[in-house]
Amino acid sequence: MDIFTQQLINGLVLGSIYALVALGYTMVYGILELINFAHGEVTMIGAMVALTVIGVVMGAAPDLPGLMMVAAGLLVAIPACMALAFGIEKVAYRPLRRAPRLAPLITAIGVSIILQNLAMLVWGRQYISFPPILPHNQHEFLGAHITDLQIFIVLISLLTMAILVLLVEKTRLGRAMRATAQSKEVAELMGVNVDRVISATFVIGAAIAAVAGVMVSAYYGLAHYYMGFMLGLKAFSAAVLGGIGNIAGAMLGGLLLGVIEALGAGYIGDLTGGFLGSHYQDVFAFFVLILVLVFRPSGLLGERVAHRA
Amino acid sequence: MAMTLLRVQGLCVAYGGIQAVRGIDFEVAEGELVCLIGANGAGKSSTLKGLMGLVRPQGEIWFAGERLHRLATHAIVARGLAMVPEGRGIFGRLTVAENLEMGAYLRRDRDGIRADIARAYDLFERLAERRGQLAGTLSGGEQQMLAIARAMMGRPRLLLLDEPSMGLAPLMVQKIHQTIASIASEGVTILLVEQNAHMALALSHRAYVMESGVMTLSGAAAELRGNADLRAAYLGE
Repeated sequence: MDIFTQQLINGLVLGSIYALVALGYTMVYGILELINFAHGEVTMIGAMVALTVIGVVMGAAPDLPGLMMVAAGLLVAIPACMALAFGIEKVAYRPLRRAPRLAPLITAIGVSIILQNLAMLVWGRQYISFPPILPHNQHEFLGAHITDLQIFIVLISLLTMAILVLLVEKTRLGRAMRATAQSKEVAELMGVNVDRVISATFVIGAAIAAVAGVMVSAYYGLAHYYMGFMLGLKAFSAAVLGGIGNIAGAMLGGLLLGVIEALGAGYIGDLTGGFLGSHYQDVFAFFVLILVLVFRPSGLLGERVAHRA
Repeated sequence: MAMTLLRVQGLCVAYGGIQAVRGIDFEVAEGELVCLIGANGAGKSSTLKGLMGLVRPQGEIWFAGERLHRLATHAIVARGLAMVPEGRGIFGRLTVAENLEMGAYLRRDRDGIRADIARAYDLFERLAERRGQLAGTLSGGEQQMLAIARAMMGRPRLLLLDEPSMGLAPLMVQKIHQTIASIASEGVTILLVEQNAHMALALSHRAYVMESGVMTLSGAAAELRGNADLRAAYLGE
């Protein structure tokens, strides 16, 4: 088996999930210049809600195909996360719209801690397993293995990203979002209700996060109240890598980060003579973050952040 | 005399503790072109921002019999006001066409919008040539054209122009001048803020002069052009 191809596939699958979460960070940053640290927790809530729904559906209709169960989970998790993000923005961030930039940032960290603790109270401290309801058949692909689940994750991620790009580039709301990101004042002068556009941005990001939460818990086979923390940090790193504020950058950054991580984990043992193992996987994301911040703070596709931040 | 479209009473605008506008009264009648002239820092731009709700003003603003004060900016736009902000405020990372579409954001009549965009391209050939380009790549004069065309896309009843000639070459100033005159001749009411008093007085029916946040003079533009004090202060004579 070809380790390189295998890790490349694994990396792209994981990276497509990072890309989804990174989109939420980058869209909010693009409009508010706020790093919404609670976004990782929204992803976690999405996974938890979906798992709860899947559990209920399994109890009620055990013969239903697995894909249908996951779809049911998504159908509840997506609106739940959208409502959650709408509420977070309204309660925690909107009152601070004119406050110094540090205030909403610290608030975001606070919201993130609150959500983690709420999730712990509701779903408990233990890992919740994702039932093996999705097909796991392995296929040979260029000398490596790819499972049905991996194909499913990549397809759903690509579909979600395509819908988002269409929304941002082709719709009236998307145009208003892009205009608002450039100047809130002038957007208002065009008749845009900027508060509503900001709400919409949070809500759309949360819908995507719900999808990512379900994908990541299906991939690893578990969910946990703390899972949003690391996922959020990595997705944030991916957004910075691609150029925060830039939608294409978030997708590119997510995929690249996934690949870097997978290749790093695949080869770190050989490179260090077995001294460091693949459990050092998490190090790579932050190593990349540091390198980007040192050598190209505006990210791969960003142009405007460097002189502003 | 035509109906009063805009009536402002006791307008005050303050930033923190600094009073930029200190209780001014003025009116604009339907179909009129009125200019507001004065030196840098007189409070002209603040007056426009107060009208549009971009800053929270005190005092009363009545537009076509409806009160505008305390409304949000987008709600004021919905009532038929449009403003071309100082420095043009085009969306540099949107295309020329998208900028025009943003101007029609509150309209739902697709055919009408399409017709108005075509009309804007007829009026400004440069914009037609560059419709697919990012607006940030346009020259300053072209950006000003785009900003005015974009404001007109909302079919406003009252158009506020904040220093449209600022920073432009003389030839371009002339072109802007002609554009404003032609918009006014179509019956759009215009409130023009200018430091370039020559241009403003030549275009306008009436004028107000602002100084340190208060109105110091007002009258027919032709009369003010003959006013000795004004000539000394603003026309450099």
